[in-house]
Amino acid sequence: MIPEIGHFLLILALGVASLQFLLPSWGVWKRDARAMAFGQSAAQVQFALVFLSYLCLTWAFVQKDFSVTYVAANSHSELPLMYRISAVWGAHEGSLLLWMLMLSGWTCAVSVFNRRLPADITATCLAVLGAIAVGFLSFMLLTSNPFDRHFPVPAEGKDLNPLLQDPGLIIHPPMLYMGYVGFSVAFAFAIAALVSGRLDGAWARWTRPWTTTAWLFLTMGITLGSWWAYHELGWGGWWFWDPVENASFMPWLVGTALIHSLAVTEKRGLLKSWTVLLAIIAFSLSLLGTFLVRSGVLVSVHAFATDPARGVYILGFLAVVLGSAFSLYAWRAPQLKSDGDLALFSREGLLLLNNVFLVVAAAAVLLGTLYPLFVDALGMGKISVGPPYFNAVFIPLTAPLAAILGLAMAVGWKRAKFAEVVRQLRWPAALALLLAAGLPFLWVGSSGFAVFAGVLLGSWVLLTSVHDLWGRVRAKRSLLAGLAAVPRCVWGMTVAHIGLGLWVLGVAFVSLHSVERDVRLAAGESAELHGYEFFLRGVDPVHGPNYDADRGTVEVTRQGASVTTLHPEKRLYRAQQNVMTEAAVDESPIRDLYVALGEPFDNGDWSLRMYYKPAMQLVWWGGFIMFFGGILAASDRRYRLAKLAQAPVSADGKVTA
Amino acid sequence: MRFLIPAALLVVLLVFLGIGLKRDPREVPSPLVGKPAPAFDLALLGEPQRYTQEDLKGRPVLVNFWASWCAGCRVEHPLLVKLAGEGVEIVGMDYKDTDEAARQWLQRHGNPYRRVVADVQGTAGLDWGVYGVPETFVLDANGIIVYKQIGPMTEQAWNEKIRPLLQGQKS
Repeated sequence: MIPEIGHFLLILALGVASLQFLLPSWGVWKRDARAMAFGQSAAQVQFALVFLSYLCLTWAFVQKDFSVTYVAANSHSELPLMYRISAVWGAHEGSLLLWMLMLSGWTCAVSVFNRRLPADITATCLAVLGAIAVGFLSFMLLTSNPFDRHFPVPAEGKDLNPLLQDPGLIIHPPMLYMGYVGFSVAFAFAIAALVSGRLDGAWARWTRPWTTTAWLFLTMGITLGSWWAYHELGWGGWWFWDPVENASFMPWLVGTALIHSLAVTEKRGLLKSWTVLLAIIAFSLSLLGTFLVRSGVLVSVHAFATDPARGVYILGFLAVVLGSAFSLYAWRAPQLKSDGDLALFSREGLLLLNNVFLVVAAAAVLLGTLYPLFVDALGMGKISVGPPYFNAVFIPLTAPLAAILGLAMAVGWKRAKFAEVVRQLRWPAALALLLAAGLPFLWVGSSGFAVFAGVLLGSWVLLTSVHDLWGRVRAKRSLLAGLAAVPRCVWGMTVAHIGLGLWVLGVAFVSLHSVERDVRLAAGESAELHGYEFFLRGVDPVHGPNYDADRGTVEVTRQGASVTTLHPEKRLYRAQQNVMTEAAVDESPIRDLYVALGEPFDNGDWSLRMYYKPAMQLVWWGGFIMFFGGILAASDRRYRLAKLAQAPVSADGKVTA
Repeated sequence: MRFLIPAALLVVLLVFLGIGLKRDPREVPSPLVGKPAPAFDLALLGEPQRYTQEDLKGRPVLVNFWASWCAGCRVEHPLLVKLAGEGVEIVGMDYKDTDEAARQWLQRHGNPYRRVVADVQGTAGLDWGVYGVPETFVLDANGIIVYKQIGPMTEQAWNEKIRPLLQGQKS
């Protein structure tokens, strides 16, 4: 009964979403205040319906209702409760429902936090979001209904994909989807700007917190995904340039560009059509990511079950949504005039340059991701594009980005004097050079050009961020007064840039100075890696709730002193008979020690894979700190103050039906 | 005009994605198609004699690389059982598996194979260019490989690709 209710709620939601699209659109066209205002109630009702439907599916999982096809395919009676709840988004149908939940949640948020927006902008936004919801709801109902039943009811489920039975993976997809779907709001605002023809500083100020919020979730989602791959795949890697990873990285790059160009549009009234284009592209790439993951056009380690009908549907949806958006852009964007000139050596000029690098980097990733598809479609054979391409293209594109970033923070808006900037930045630059020369020796005991350049860029970003903050604080009487006077959005920027600097440092060390060793060990033997002694005490069987495992005990010592004891596991999940590697990692800010169990040999020996990974933690911390910076920036009080200040103004412009 | 560029790029992208949908990225042509089956000489599961590529000649045969530990093999298994029931000769190559596990698996799920070759070390798999189980090779009466199915056998592959090939053989 509950699953049928869930299904019915989805159908209702489709009806409400259709109205949410049609009625406000008609209202904007006819300037009918009541019809425009309808979008808000529709958005809230739609959210309630989708949320209840989502609860119905969760209930089916909690109750182990194997008569529901989707539950039977992704759950098992021995699966722990935590994973039964997260199994809702463990495969295609449920992830779509989660996606839909996020979309209706964002839409509902727009309808609630829109008080300072003109009625026609709100109405257009909600209509666009309604249209997207119609697309996804009908996609779900037509091709991927999570509530389908099947008979006879199987006695046992097929279990959740063991790869997904990991705490990191419980929150990774929701974070990622929050980010993906969040760009739909920026997209809707962009369409509203094109339709109304009004694009000014106020528009940029409405759009900024939404974009930053979507971005911070995406940042967190990508970081968690990378962290998960590191612990769960057992290859010691943290980024594989896999199509699905790229699908999340491209919107991130364009979203980062969008955040910066929105700043220029707000402060200087420049780059208007460019900002709108970025907003459209960021969401396009989110949709493209969905298409790539769901349609099976590319081979990926994230093998979702593929179905051509689904691919055709999403492609049609892409064509309709993006086709209309880009046509609208071609028609209306020429009317968006900038209010002033852009000098290259000014903050806005450098931000534009940074935008160009980010977008070109995203385009390079897109090209690499889709290249196998292009080559195949042109009948030129089958090829695959791997990390060598991406590293060769991506690193030269991002290195100037870091250099410009440090410069841009010291350069003022409108126009700046080069000599003055050089004078200001001479200390951070000298210190960054010093760190680049010395830090590699202190940290990993050797150096080279690549690690020198990496540390130089990373510490340049770090030091210029701190320097910029110091410049703001120094003007005040005391340190505390100075720190308190820094606006939260500046804190957000500084913190996010510090995160990026740490991330660059981490990437430089871990990708250039990791040490890896594969060994064959019997119990009681040991092997040496980068000054650490790994002693295999033994491998014992252990039993988990739904798996059996071989659990190794590896004692790590350094010069006789005990460092840690690691327990890598090789798990066999009973229901799917899948073998999973659980790597064991001793983490510290300086270095990770990583051990994964390989294959057993006939005589009881084991192959062991060991890694020494310097500064690996900085990569995660960089991501988390960027996320935190995003929170600070998005919650700046000026977005809330503006709301209060404009409340009386919007009251007469707003419709009270 | 420059405002039309994004729309034009989108059209190009959509066309390629559309073409991509019709193709299977996993369908990598095997260099072995059109060549004789690679040589092997291995023990049979549950039978005393050995089996070589010579034994595959004389009639069309499907050579199916599988293993008891392989999830995809269970997906295609019902179809193989059905085909075997229709008289298609399937030889199983039990890839990197133990005899005991293979025997239990066949007992539980049914045995579609006329013969099961125990490729315990995976040497035959290596020579045949197998890079993941299941994979199925279609051999004609002269022992020439005429088709290779990567991943589970599907109704579609059987009806559209393999059956026409085999019918061409008999006539």
